Amino acid sequence: MSGLHLKDLSKRFGNFTAVDDVDLTVPHGTFVCILGPSGCGKTTLLRMIAGLEEPSAGAILLDDEDMTPVPTHKRNLGMVFQSLALFPHLTVGENIAYPLRIRGVDKNGQRKRVEELLALVHLPGYAARPVSKLSGGQRQRVAIARALALSPRLFLLDEPLSALDAKLREAMQVELRQLQQKLGITTIVVTHDQREAMTMADLVVVMGEGRIRQAASPIEIYRKPADAFVADFIGSTNLLEVKADRAGRAITLGQPIAGLSLPKGMASGLVSIRPEDVHLAGSANGAFRGKVTFVRDLGGTIETFVEVGGTTIVAVTTPRERGDIEAGTEVGVTLPAESCVVLKQ
Amino acid sequence: MRREPPRTIADYTPLAFPAIMLIIFFVVPFSTMIAVSFFRRQQGGFYTPDFVIDNYGRFLSAFFGGVLGFSLMLAIMVAVICVAIAFPFTYLLTKTSRRVQIVWLVCLLSVLSLSEVIIGFAWSTLFSRTAGITNLLVAAGLMSEPQALLPGFGAVLTGMVYQALPYTILVLYPALVRLDPTLLEAARTLGASPLRGFINIIVPALRNTIVATLIMVFVFALGSYLLPQILGRPRHWTLSVLITDQAIYQSNMPFAAAMAVFLVLISLALVGLTLLVGGRREATA
Repeated sequence: MSGLHLKDLSKRFGNFTAVDDVDLTVPHGTFVCILGPSGCGKTTLLRMIAGLEEPSAGAILLDDEDMTPVPTHKRNLGMVFQSLALFPHLTVGENIAYPLRIRGVDKNGQRKRVEELLALVHLPGYAARPVSKLSGGQRQRVAIARALALSPRLFLLDEPLSALDAKLREAMQVELRQLQQKLGITTIVVTHDQREAMTMADLVVVMGEGRIRQAASPIEIYRKPADAFVADFIGSTNLLEVKADRAGRAITLGQPIAGLSLPKGMASGLVSIRPEDVHLAGSANGAFRGKVTFVRDLGGTIETFVEVGGTTIVAVTTPRERGDIEAGTEVGVTLPAESCVVLKQ
Repeated sequence: MRREPPRTIADYTPLAFPAIMLIIFFVVPFSTMIAVSFFRRQQGGFYTPDFVIDNYGRFLSAFFGGVLGFSLMLAIMVAVICVAIAFPFTYLLTKTSRRVQIVWLVCLLSVLSLSEVIIGFAWSTLFSRTAGITNLLVAAGLMSEPQALLPGFGAVLTGMVYQALPYTILVLYPALVRLDPTLLEAARTLGASPLRGFINIIVPALRNTIVATLIMVFVFALGSYLLPQILGRPRHWTLSVLITDQAIYQSNMPFAAAMAVFLVLISLALVGLTLLVGGRREATA
């Protein structure tokens, strides 16, 4: 099968298991984001794919070829490091030409390829500049160009945009995605920023405590989280404890959620509902009654914190679809069954 | 933090103490030495104020030229060997665990507590025929009978490298510890083997550090005068040995001073040349 296959990959450091039995198939040309909180093993996983860490168990297959015993410098991959790792004593052009020099490409060929790559990352004419004279975004582009110089089979990026300010980061996310689509290269990005993952990825892999919690398309991850960890990590959500009554209906906060029942054999669990799916009614008609404790008006959206039976439910609305609800008023809260995701506890 | 330049005399007062120390302990003695180098020597060990350049004239002989050349060559060799050994060693040291690093650094610091005399006599024992390392080689069957490895050039070089190596490592250590470890990893992902990446990324990235270390070890080795006497033959004596000999045993202060001044000028010229060459390469890079 063509593509990258991680087969039961594990990495232990002493007693600590950084990556625990990861099994993942990435079809050729896919943009993958490995997403997770710090310390979840995502960087270790990427370093194993690059050959910079040796797996404790398992194998890495690329187009059915076992890469596990191949040393890093023979894997033909491009990697962008969090620190970027640009060579400080070389110019922009020399940095990008370094892998070509290693392969023995002649000077003319080097110059041509460098110009091509600089045009690709929108930095034409920068070849002669010293690396130290570049801005953060420009250094980023140079690191990307250098990693792509040999048209690698795999493009790996470790938190590549974390050093940039928010605006530039969003612009670079779009640019990186367009670049990947243009080149059709299998790309794996490690990030802790879920917005980044949602923007760029075909496949989002959520990791927690060394394990893959869910691997799916961004919208599926958002709409159908596999467990409470994923639901909580991706976006913000309301997690409510539910119990099944004798008829199997989902009971939360002392009341049933209209139209929602728990799967057979499940006595209790959690319900995840996104804040934008929670409906509020000013006239206090709705399934649940609550009191508004706090309103955060962000201009574009309004977050309303409603206390229902000791639990706070957050609702997000746009200013248009919502009347004046102020802190202290009584409201009715509706949780539409079609937006509720039932999770195991 | 204050960034504007000092304006009044009072702003310069923090500089007063180091400036006074530098004048009393460096400028004054060095000026005295320069003055003495032009004085006339009296038979019997004294000298009178005068202005003669005979002392420098006498220096421009084949004998002293040879000694000067030998001293510079020895110092350069010590510097190059020390950096060639210490750089890879220190690089590998920074890759080890914190505890291993501390043990190594403490051991190196303890070598610094040995005086030149102790180092000299320790090596003269190790290189001797009766109790030296050749006895171990004989015991191991690698040699037929023990040999004396001293006096000789190899012994002088070994002793001086041994003495200068801890300094070299301690000077290189901070720069290598601060070096971004992903530089080599990046080189590896770009197709360079670890050794190749080390040679064409790590070494050039730290070129300034290496040049500064070479100069430091060179200057350090130039001043050595005990080890060449203990471990070498008279033809392995450095200019420092001759200066001591003239100043103390021949009581010829003006000539000793002239040689010292000459040595300082030559070393300064070499250091300047190194910096110039390094700086020019920087500009073209």
